Amino acid sequence: MTPLLSRTLAAMLLAATALPLGAFAQATTPAAQLQRWQAAAGAPGDAARGQKLFGMKAGNDLSCASCHGQPPTAAARHASTGKPIDALAPAANAERFTDQAKVDKWFRRNCKDVFSRECSAVEKADLMAYLVGLKK
Amino acid sequence: MRSAFNLIAVAALLAGAAHADDGGRRMPAQVPPAYAQECAGCHVAYPPGLLPAASWTRVMNGLERHYGSDASLDPATVKALSDWLLAHAGTYKRVRAEPPPPDDRITRSRWFARKHEDIAPAVYRRPSIKSAANCAACHPGAAQGDFDDDRARIPR
Repeated sequence: MTPLLSRTLAAMLLAATALPLGAFAQATTPAAQLQRWQAAAGAPGDAARGQKLFGMKAGNDLSCASCHGQPPTAAARHASTGKPIDALAPAANAERFTDQAKVDKWFRRNCKDVFSRECSAVEKADLMAYLVGLKK
Repeated sequence: MRSAFNLIAVAALLAGAAHADDGGRRMPAQVPPAYAQECAGCHVAYPPGLLPAASWTRVMNGLERHYGSDASLDPATVKALSDWLLAHAGTYKRVRAEPPPPDDRITRSRWFARKHEDIAPAVYRRPSIKSAANCAACHPGAAQGDFDDDRARIPR
Protein backbone atom coordinates (compact mmCIF):
# COMPACT_ATOMS: atom_id res chain seq x y z
CA MET A 1 0.00 0.00 0.00
CA THR A 2 1.35 3.45 -0.84
CA PRO A 3 1.91 5.80 2.12
CA LEU A 4 -0.67 8.22 0.68
CA LEU A 5 -3.28 5.49 0.32
CA SER A 6 -2.64 4.14 3.80
CA ARG A 7 -2.83 7.64 5.24
CA THR A 8 -6.10 8.32 3.43
CA LEU A 9 -7.50 5.02 4.69
CA ALA A 10 -6.34 5.81 8.22
CA ALA A 11 -8.02 9.22 8.02
CA MET A 12 -11.27 7.67 6.74
CA LEU A 13 -11.17 5.05 9.48
CA LEU A 14 -10.66 7.78 12.06
CA ALA A 15 -13.52 9.85 10.69
CA ALA A 16 -15.73 6.77 10.83
CA THR A 17 -14.82 6.02 14.45
CA ALA A 18 -14.93 9.65 15.58
CA LEU A 19 -18.46 10.37 14.31
CA PRO A 20 -20.43 7.93 16.50
CA LEU A 21 -18.62 9.22 19.60
CA GLY A 22 -19.87 12.72 18.81
CA ALA A 23 -23.35 11.54 17.83
CA PHE A 24 -23.88 9.74 21.14
CA ALA A 25 -22.62 12.57 23.35
CA GLN A 26 -25.14 12.95 26.14
CA ALA A 27 -26.49 16.48 26.06
CA THR A 28 -26.99 18.19 29.39
CA THR A 29 -27.24 21.64 30.96
CA PRO A 30 -25.41 23.38 33.81
CA ALA A 31 -28.59 23.27 35.92
CA ALA A 32 -28.97 19.54 35.26
CA GLN A 33 -25.37 18.95 36.34
CA LEU A 34 -25.98 20.90 39.55
CA GLN A 35 -29.09 18.74 40.16
CA ARG A 36 -27.17 15.59 39.40
CA TRP A 37 -24.42 16.23 41.93
CA GLN A 38 -26.82 17.54 44.54
CA ALA A 39 -28.78 14.29 44.19
CA ALA A 40 -25.57 12.27 44.50
CA ALA A 41 -24.46 14.31 47.52
CA GLY A 42 -27.89 14.22 49.13
CA ALA A 43 -27.62 17.94 49.92
CA PRO A 44 -27.84 21.26 48.09
CA GLY A 45 -24.61 22.68 46.67
CA ASP A 46 -23.10 25.56 48.61
CA ALA A 47 -21.81 28.32 46.31
CA ALA A 48 -19.64 29.93 49.00
CA ARG A 49 -17.91 26.62 49.73
CA GLY A 50 -17.58 26.06 45.97
CA GLN A 51 -15.91 29.43 45.53
CA LYS A 52 -13.43 28.65 48.29
CA LEU A 53 -12.68 25.22 46.84
CA PHE A 54 -12.22 26.75 43.38
CA GLY A 55 -9.42 28.98 44.63
CA MET A 56 -7.82 26.44 46.98
CA LYS A 57 -4.29 25.23 46.34
CA ALA A 58 -3.67 21.70 47.54
CA GLY A 59 -0.14 20.40 47.38
CA ASN A 60 0.49 20.78 43.66
CA ASP A 61 0.58 24.59 43.87
CA LEU A 62 -2.42 24.59 41.55
CA SER A 63 -6.02 25.59 42.02
CA CYS A 64 -8.95 25.47 39.60
CA ALA A 65 -8.42 29.23 39.31
CA SER A 66 -4.80 28.77 38.17
CA CYS A 67 -6.10 27.86 34.71
CA HIS A 68 -9.69 29.18 34.77
CA GLY A 69 -9.19 32.52 36.57
CA GLN A 70 -11.31 33.75 39.46
CA PRO A 71 -14.03 34.55 38.89
CA PRO A 72 -13.92 32.28 35.81
CA THR A 73 -16.21 34.57 33.82
CA ALA A 74 -13.61 35.50 31.20
CA ALA A 75 -11.09 33.61 29.08
CA ALA A 76 -8.00 32.62 31.07
CA ARG A 77 -4.74 30.84 30.32
CA HIS A 78 -3.39 27.40 31.15
CA ALA A 79 -1.01 27.68 34.11
CA SER A 80 1.86 25.83 32.48
CA THR A 81 1.36 25.97 28.71
CA GLY A 82 -0.12 29.48 28.47
CA LYS A 83 -2.81 28.29 26.06
CA PRO A 84 -5.96 30.44 26.17
CA ILE A 85 -8.89 28.64 27.83
CA ASP A 86 -12.43 29.86 27.15
CA ALA A 87 -14.48 31.13 30.06
CA LEU A 88 -15.76 28.37 32.37
CA ALA A 89 -18.82 30.07 33.87
CA PRO A 90 -21.98 29.10 31.96
CA ALA A 91 -23.12 32.75 32.04
CA ALA A 92 -20.08 33.68 29.95
CA ASN A 93 -19.84 30.56 27.78
CA ALA A 94 -22.97 28.72 26.66
CA GLU A 95 -20.99 25.63 25.66
CA ARG A 96 -19.93 24.78 29.20
CA PHE A 97 -21.54 21.80 30.96
CA THR A 98 -23.59 20.77 27.92
CA ASP A 99 -21.96 17.36 27.39
CA GLN A 100 -21.99 14.99 30.35
CA ALA A 101 -19.03 12.86 29.21
CA LYS A 102 -16.97 16.02 28.91
CA VAL A 103 -18.05 17.21 32.36
CA ASP A 104 -17.06 13.87 33.90
CA LYS A 105 -13.77 13.72 32.07
CA TRP A 106 -12.63 17.21 33.08
CA PHE A 107 -13.79 16.88 36.68
CA ARG A 108 -11.79 13.64 36.89
CA ARG A 109 -8.64 15.04 35.29
CA ASN A 110 -8.62 18.45 36.87
CA CYS A 111 -9.52 17.35 40.40
CA LYS A 112 -6.60 14.92 40.18
CA ASP A 113 -4.32 17.73 38.99
CA VAL A 114 -5.32 20.06 41.81
CA PHE A 115 -6.20 17.75 44.72
CA SER A 116 -4.37 14.56 43.65
CA ARG A 117 -7.69 12.71 43.91
CA GLU A 118 -11.13 12.81 42.36
CA CYS A 119 -13.62 15.29 43.78
CA SER A 120 -16.51 14.03 45.89
CA ALA A 121 -20.17 14.52 44.94
CA VAL A 122 -20.45 17.17 47.68
CA GLU A 123 -17.49 19.08 46.23
CA LYS A 124 -18.88 18.85 42.70
CA ALA A 125 -22.28 20.08 43.88
CA ASP A 126 -20.56 23.01 45.63
CA LEU A 127 -18.47 23.84 42.55
CA MET A 128 -21.52 23.65 40.29
CA ALA A 129 -23.50 25.88 42.65
CA TYR A 130 -20.69 28.45 42.52
CA LEU A 131 -20.30 28.30 38.74
CA VAL A 132 -24.02 28.31 37.92
CA GLY A 133 -24.51 31.29 40.23
CA LEU A 134 -21.89 33.48 38.55
CA LYS A 135 -23.10 36.43 36.47
CA LYS A 136 -21.23 37.53 33.40
CA MET B 1 15.96 20.89 -25.36
CA ARG B 2 17.94 18.60 -23.18
CA SER B 3 18.95 21.48 -20.91
CA ALA B 4 15.35 22.61 -20.65
CA PHE B 5 14.38 19.10 -19.65
CA ASN B 6 17.17 19.04 -17.07
CA LEU B 7 16.00 22.36 -15.71
CA ILE B 8 12.49 21.04 -15.28
CA ALA B 9 13.82 17.88 -13.62
CA VAL B 10 15.92 19.95 -11.20
CA ALA B 11 12.99 22.26 -10.47
CA ALA B 12 10.77 19.27 -9.77
CA LEU B 13 13.42 17.80 -7.47
CA LEU B 14 13.79 21.08 -5.60
CA ALA B 15 10.03 21.44 -5.25
CA GLY B 16 9.88 17.90 -3.91
CA ALA B 17 12.70 18.60 -1.47
CA ALA B 18 11.08 21.82 -0.27
CA HIS B 19 7.82 19.97 0.25
CA ALA B 20 9.49 17.19 2.21
CA ASP B 21 11.35 19.81 4.27
CA ASP B 22 8.37 21.55 5.81
CA GLY B 23 5.83 18.86 4.98
CA GLY B 24 6.53 17.13 8.26
CA ARG B 25 6.11 20.16 10.44
CA ARG B 26 2.77 21.10 8.96
CA MET B 27 -0.45 19.71 10.36
CA PRO B 28 -1.70 16.70 8.37
CA ALA B 29 -4.71 17.51 6.18
CA GLN B 30 -6.97 15.28 8.27
CA VAL B 31 -6.95 16.04 11.99
CA PRO B 32 -9.19 13.85 14.17
CA PRO B 33 -11.74 15.98 16.08
CA ALA B 34 -10.56 14.25 19.28
CA TYR B 35 -7.08 15.71 18.76
CA ALA B 36 -8.45 19.24 18.87
CA GLN B 37 -10.84 18.42 21.71
CA GLU B 38 -8.60 16.38 23.98
CA CYS B 39 -5.01 17.39 23.30
CA ALA B 40 -5.50 20.97 22.17
CA GLY B 41 -7.72 21.66 25.19
CA CYS B 42 -4.58 22.39 27.19
CA HIS B 43 -1.86 23.07 24.65
CA VAL B 44 -1.32 23.88 21.00
CA ALA B 45 -2.18 20.99 18.70
CA TYR B 46 1.41 19.98 18.05
CA PRO B 47 1.96 18.56 14.55
CA PRO B 48 2.63 14.81 14.94
CA GLY B 49 5.62 15.10 12.60
CA LEU B 50 7.54 16.98 15.30
CA LEU B 51 8.11 13.89 17.50
CA PRO B 52 9.35 10.43 16.53
CA ALA B 53 7.10 7.38 16.86
CA ALA B 54 8.94 6.17 20.00
CA SER B 55 8.12 9.46 21.75
CA TRP B 56 4.43 9.46 20.76
CA THR B 57 4.11 5.87 21.94
CA ARG B 58 5.50 6.79 25.37
CA VAL B 59 3.34 9.92 25.57
CA MET B 60 0.16 8.02 24.70
CA ASN B 61 1.00 5.20 27.14
CA GLY B 62 1.41 7.65 30.01
CA LEU B 63 -1.50 10.09 29.74
CA GLU B 64 -2.36 9.70 33.43
CA ARG B 65 0.92 11.46 34.21
CA HIS B 66 1.23 13.85 31.30
CA TYR B 67 3.82 16.54 32.09
CA GLY B 68 2.30 17.18 35.50
CA SER B 69 -1.33 16.75 34.44
CA ASP B 70 -3.82 13.93 34.29
CA ALA B 71 -4.70 13.77 30.59
CA SER B 72 -6.22 10.29 30.72
CA LEU B 73 -8.72 9.28 28.03
CA ASP B 74 -10.98 6.33 27.31
CA PRO B 75 -9.12 3.44 25.60
CA ALA B 76 -10.92 3.84 22.25
CA THR B 77 -9.88 7.49 21.95
CA VAL B 78 -6.31 6.68 23.02
CA LYS B 79 -6.14 4.01 20.31
CA ALA B 80 -7.60 6.26 17.58
CA LEU B 81 -5.29 9.15 18.46
CA SER B 82 -2.23 6.89 18.76
CA ASP B 83 -2.88 5.39 15.33
CA TRP B 84 -3.13 8.85 13.81
CA LEU B 85 -0.06 10.19 15.64
CA LEU B 86 2.02 7.18 14.61
CA ALA B 87 0.87 7.44 10.99
CA HIS B 88 2.37 10.94 10.89
CA ALA B 89 5.16 10.62 13.47
CA GLY B 90 8.62 11.88 12.62
CA THR B 91 7.71 13.22 9.20
CA TYR B 92 9.65 16.41 9.86
CA LYS B 93 13.08 15.58 8.49
CA ARG B 94 14.99 17.07 11.42
CA VAL B 95 13.15 14.72 13.77
CA ARG B 96 14.43 11.73 11.82
CA ALA B 97 18.00 13.01 12.07
CA GLU B 98 18.29 12.78 15.86
CA PRO B 99 17.31 10.50 18.78
CA PRO B 100 14.00 11.09 20.62
CA PRO B 101 14.28 14.29 22.68
CA PRO B 102 14.72 14.09 26.49
CA ASP B 103 11.37 13.63 28.26
CA ASP B 104 9.80 13.33 24.80
CA ARG B 105 9.48 17.11 24.74
CA ILE B 106 9.48 18.81 21.34
CA THR B 107 11.03 21.84 23.04
CA ARG B 108 14.07 19.78 24.09
CA SER B 109 14.87 18.56 20.58
CA ARG B 110 18.25 19.64 19.27
CA TRP B 111 16.66 21.11 16.17
CA PHE B 112 14.30 23.15 18.38
CA ALA B 113 17.26 24.58 20.32
CA ARG B 114 19.08 25.44 17.08
CA LYS B 115 16.06 27.18 15.59
CA HIS B 116 15.49 29.18 18.77
CA GLU B 117 19.13 29.87 19.69
CA ASP B 118 18.56 33.64 19.56
CA ILE B 119 15.72 33.51 22.08
CA ALA B 120 16.92 34.13 25.67
CA PRO B 121 15.34 31.91 28.37
CA ALA B 122 13.82 35.02 30.02
CA VAL B 123 11.80 35.68 26.87
CA TYR B 124 9.92 32.41 27.37
CA ARG B 125 9.11 33.40 30.94
CA ARG B 126 7.28 36.59 29.89
CA PRO B 127 3.66 36.50 31.10
CA SER B 128 2.58 36.81 27.48
CA ILE B 129 4.43 33.59 26.62
CA LYS B 130 4.88 31.52 29.83
CA SER B 131 6.61 28.55 28.23
CA ALA B 132 8.53 27.44 25.16
CA ALA B 133 5.70 24.96 24.69
CA ASN B 134 3.33 27.85 23.97
CA CYS B 135 4.17 27.93 20.25
CA ALA B 136 1.17 30.09 19.40
CA ALA B 137 2.44 32.98 21.52
CA CYS B 138 4.95 33.77 18.75
CA HIS B 139 3.75 31.63 15.81
CA PRO B 140 0.16 32.72 15.10
CA GLY B 141 -0.36 29.81 12.69
CA ALA B 142 1.04 27.17 15.07
CA ALA B 143 -2.24 25.29 15.37
CA GLN B 144 -2.12 24.76 11.61
CA GLY B 145 1.56 23.84 11.77
CA ASP B 146 2.74 27.15 10.30
CA PHE B 147 6.06 27.97 11.96
CA ASP B 148 7.41 30.24 9.21
CA ASP B 149 9.97 32.73 10.59
CA ASP B 150 8.45 35.53 8.53
CA ARG B 151 5.18 35.30 10.42
CA ALA B 152 6.71 34.85 13.88
CA ARG B 153 6.22 37.78 16.28
CA ILE B 154 7.62 37.73 19.80
CA PRO B 155 5.20 39.48 22.20
CA ARG B 156 6.51 41.94 24.77
